[in-house]
Amino acid sequence: MSQTDLEIVVDDPTAPEDDSPSVVSSGTVEIVVCLLLLALAFTLGYDNWRTGASWDSTGPEPGYFPFYLSVILGGGSLYGLIVALLTRRAGAETFVTRAQARRVLAVFVPTLLFCLVTQFLGLYVASFLLISGFMRLVGKIALWKSLLTALVFTAIMFVTFDVAFDVIMPKGPLEAAFGR
Amino acid sequence: MEAFGLLLHGFAVLLTWKTLVLMMVGLVLGIFVGVLPGLGGPNGVAILLPLTFTMDPTSAIVMLSCIYWGALFGGAITSILFNIPGEAWSVATTFDGYPMAQQGRAAEALTAAFTSSFIGSLVAVLLITFLAPMISSFALKFGPPEFFAVYLLTFCSFVGLGREAKHKTVISMSLGLLLAGIGMDTVSGNLRMTFGSSELLRGINFLVAVIGLFGISEILLTMEERLALRGHAASISLRVVLGVWKDLPKYWATLLRSSFIGCWLGITPGGAIAASFMGYNLAKRFSKDPESFGKGRIEGVFAPETAAHASGTAALLPMLALGIPGSGTAAILLGGLMVWGLNPGPLLFVEHKDFVWGLIASMYLGNVVGLVLVLTTVPVFASILRVPFAAVAPMIVVSCAIGAYAIQNAMFDIWLMLGFGVVGYVFKKIGIPLAPFTLALVLGNRAEDAFRLSMIGSGGDLKVFWSNGLVGSITTLAIVLLFWPVIDGLLARVGLTQRAKATSP
Repeated sequence: MSQTDLEIVVDDPTAPEDDSPSVVSSGTVEIVVCLLLLALAFTLGYDNWRTGASWDSTGPEPGYFPFYLSVILGGGSLYGLIVALLTRRAGAETFVTRAQARRVLAVFVPTLLFCLVTQFLGLYVASFLLISGFMRLVGKIALWKSLLTALVFTAIMFVTFDVAFDVIMPKGPLEAAFGR
Repeated sequence: MEAFGLLLHGFAVLLTWKTLVLMMVGLVLGIFVGVLPGLGGPNGVAILLPLTFTMDPTSAIVMLSCIYWGALFGGAITSILFNIPGEAWSVATTFDGYPMAQQGRAAEALTAAFTSSFIGSLVAVLLITFLAPMISSFALKFGPPEFFAVYLLTFCSFVGLGREAKHKTVISMSLGLLLAGIGMDTVSGNLRMTFGSSELLRGINFLVAVIGLFGISEILLTMEERLALRGHAASISLRVVLGVWKDLPKYWATLLRSSFIGCWLGITPGGAIAASFMGYNLAKRFSKDPESFGKGRIEGVFAPETAAHASGTAALLPMLALGIPGSGTAAILLGGLMVWGLNPGPLLFVEHKDFVWGLIASMYLGNVVGLVLVLTTVPVFASILRVPFAAVAPMIVVSCAIGAYAIQNAMFDIWLMLGFGVVGYVFKKIGIPLAPFTLALVLGNRAEDAFRLSMIGSGGDLKVFWSNGLVGSITTLAIVLLFWPVIDGLLARVGLTQRAKATSP
């Protein structure tokens, strides 16, 4: 068949509105990132200088190479900071709008909780909760479909990694109750 | 001819049922990750890497490289049917591919994309077959200064030839090199930049960083945008395939030119993105009817796909021959080699012939099988896009977490992955490139070791990097490339001045 009259349409019920106000500009984020990188360069540079960033009888000390890299990182960040400050007035490009930020947080917060739950309840329980919860609460998908998808996916992951390929994942009390 | 004999040996290593099944699994998984929004070649390979930990290196690398081929093929499906470039290098494919689909020629466009991908990859694999052994045997003569000079050349060419703001590439690269140094110093055994944390003793595994930087950040970025997909469904018939293949000789110049551009930009760190755009632009420039480009011209699909795939494949050449990856995905494959205790570089061709030639043979076979597979299964893979993203996103997050954890069996790595996800999201949005970061993270320790050994050997004299013609030329070339934008500007100015003098009365 070379005809393409059949169309695939997948609508997104949570699509962000186009006229959402800006939360922060790219210029501001660039300034913050450069300041953070500058602080990181200073911290790592200090640590390497403390470890030994000079030359001794056996050759360069352990901190020699990374110390100079910290200097380069610091220099690059300082230059970036100056450029960002100078060009800030020229154009205030939006980094993220309020609607976009809401959607990003709708993925980031569950992912953060997933990592936390994995630490205490194990990866498979956390996976089940993340997939079913995300599908139901964010995607507004029917509860039975959400639960079934989460169960099937988690089971496939368990069989693939733990059983077939012998890659052992972090377990919690529930898996322990099943003897795994 | 020696290469041909070794290649046949590679096919003999490869042609077992087990390896062939793994090849098919790899291709299917690869097409799957290529089609899914929010995933792609580098993420797919990094996430699925743990599946291969229990395999022998040859089977493992065959499966991983087939995931890579599959992902390359899969990207074209979304570009043509949905106007969504799965990867940045597929953007140019949408220019003519999507209009073709709108005109009811989706099957033709897909056949053209898959066929040109195959041709581009094939040319690059031929190059690898005959050039990689020569380069590696030449590189066997390299000492630490030569190796450091080659690493320097790679880093400098990223800065000098990259499209991004130079200071952003420098930031990205120095950050990657610094993070690679965290943990125990391999030469002295001292701890560096650990700040008393026992978790940082192991250092930062670059695969964990890659999964966060590419996988998690991509989910955040994809979620940010509207996800209402509207596209076309298509299946490919033998008649359409034969029709496109019959016309192939007409486009031999486009295919050859794009293959050459792709191979060149794959070996140097120009990358597949630059290759696809350059391939497309040159096809348009040399065309008798440039106005028809962008309106559904098949040449507009042939050119970028051939160039991108030649580039993606050729990026494996420096990885195999010198241990220096030419792309993000090649860097991840290199990481895979290191996980299995193999040392990529010239010695690989001497010490692990079976492995190297099995891999090269798998590139040929994987491409042929991949081509047949995508041509016959397009509707199945296109229908994946019917699955709501709200179901796909958490599954990708879980797969990323599994991948990150399995590398070192450390819960800390899952947190690191999340942190890198945020870093990747912010960096992508403010234009700090991630490819130099990944490359620096992979090559950091090797570059430092080569530098330290060179300096110890010379008693701290930097002249060691100009101590002979070879190392001197590579180092000089590295410095020229680092300052290339300045040199290029000066040359242009001199040219303008001379032209002005010549035209003045």
